Amino acid sequence: MMVSTALVMFMTFPGLILFYSGLVKKLSALNTMLMSIVSYAIVSVMWFVFGFPLAFGKDVFGIIGTFSDIFFSHITSLSGSIPIILFAVYQMTFAAITVSLISGALVERIKFKSWIIFTVLWITFVYIPLVHWVWGGGWLAKLGVLDFAGGIVVHISAGISALAMCLILGRRKDMRILPHQLGYSVVGAGLLWFGWFGFNAGSALSSGQLAVDAFINTNMAASVGLLTWMAIDLIKDKKATVLGAISGSIAGLGAITPAVGYVNISSAFVIGMISSCFCYTAISYIKPKFNYDDSLDVFGIHGISGIWGSLALGLFANPIINGAKGLFFGGVHQIIFQIIGVSVAIIYCFTITLLIGLFIKRFFGLRVSREFEIKGLDESEHEESAYEF
Amino acid sequence: MFKYIIAIVRPYKLDEIKETLMETGFVKGMSVSEIRGFGRQRGHKERYRGSEYVVDFVEKIKLEIAVEDEYLDKVIEIIREAAKTGDVGDGKIFVLPMENVIRIRTAEEGKEAL
Repeated sequence: MMVSTALVMFMTFPGLILFYSGLVKKLSALNTMLMSIVSYAIVSVMWFVFGFPLAFGKDVFGIIGTFSDIFFSHITSLSGSIPIILFAVYQMTFAAITVSLISGALVERIKFKSWIIFTVLWITFVYIPLVHWVWGGGWLAKLGVLDFAGGIVVHISAGISALAMCLILGRRKDMRILPHQLGYSVVGAGLLWFGWFGFNAGSALSSGQLAVDAFINTNMAASVGLLTWMAIDLIKDKKATVLGAISGSIAGLGAITPAVGYVNISSAFVIGMISSCFCYTAISYIKPKFNYDDSLDVFGIHGISGIWGSLALGLFANPIINGAKGLFFGGVHQIIFQIIGVSVAIIYCFTITLLIGLFIKRFFGLRVSREFEIKGLDESEHEESAYEF
Repeated sequence: MFKYIIAIVRPYKLDEIKETLMETGFVKGMSVSEIRGFGRQRGHKERYRGSEYVVDFVEKIKLEIAVEDEYLDKVIEIIREAAKTGDVGDGKIFVLPMENVIRIRTAEEGKEAL
């Protein structure tokens, strides 16, 4: 469990910061990194002040936990064989990467101070309640909604919130993805894939058969996702691309996450393959059609793969793996629960994030000036630069 | 007396050009910089996540070499041979008149300073 926790920490810092910063223009590379780093630190503090008790504490009407153990003053017990504090740190790393994921949609234009405020508000009003509903014994959990490692809690919430925020923020002057150092992104994607084993297999909360199933499914979906995206590139444009390959692996990983502990390997194969098709379509056709500026395709990859994977759980869940019975194994209820879970997450995350965004815009301002956007955020926000020339 | 050569070449051709020039002994030194630009070749296409973008500027290397007039033709020929691939984008050689050259350490001028 401790190893899994460390693996998930590794996903944000350095995994995600490399993945994201390589994709931006070089004048905002440091700012892009710092957005994830600062969120990690903020969440690390918030989670132990009030985050964990509210998310996982004693349930109040299925809505939220209680404040009873702020600052972890009384928590020293075990949950099964796992010290509760270890479980809390593990969960903290999920919260940190989820909010960090959102930054990908907002890079190259959001004020750094506003991002800090956003992190605090979003974790408090979006992430914590949603976690409580799905994982903390709240009303969605009681209803029967399943999410093994964070398809709803992490990927839908990050993807939909990213969409809400980039709609408020507006488009950049130059919306193109022009990676200044694609090699960073390749290394970052590798670290994400590596860390995802802790993310998914660790969610089994022990190192038995279930963790092994999750581990294999994770690798299968990522590999098939990568190959599928590459195949689409080859068919459509005659050339495979590096960014396409790593995007496909993330699409596969995002989609398998909710279902990873409920499906067999062949289902993981199909889930990964379809995920890349959906994500590719969202990025290549839906995004240009509606012309929103989701800078690094957080909605297009995490949002879409999270929605698909959470619904796929309701289709492919195999009762032999972990009890849940999907539609293809004769169960009807699970897909309905999943549709409800996904719909609630989409509506809740979009609405509350929109309100948070509008609040910050009204009182603190969201965007840097046009001049600063052109100069790059490294210089204007931090008076530093990643490169000499 | 002297000429100042500015050659814009493909980055991967730099080592070949430098080695051939140094072998002849006509050239005592050179300055090299990484630059970006375009000529008739224009920019190039890049494709990210299914979208095609035209990148206006291409990476090139700029060589700056001062030579005595008598070696000029030979040096130009060497650079041209070494930098040539036959494809669009091989680059250009500019030749400028040069009035003088001064070595900072010794204050020597002209041929001695070169």
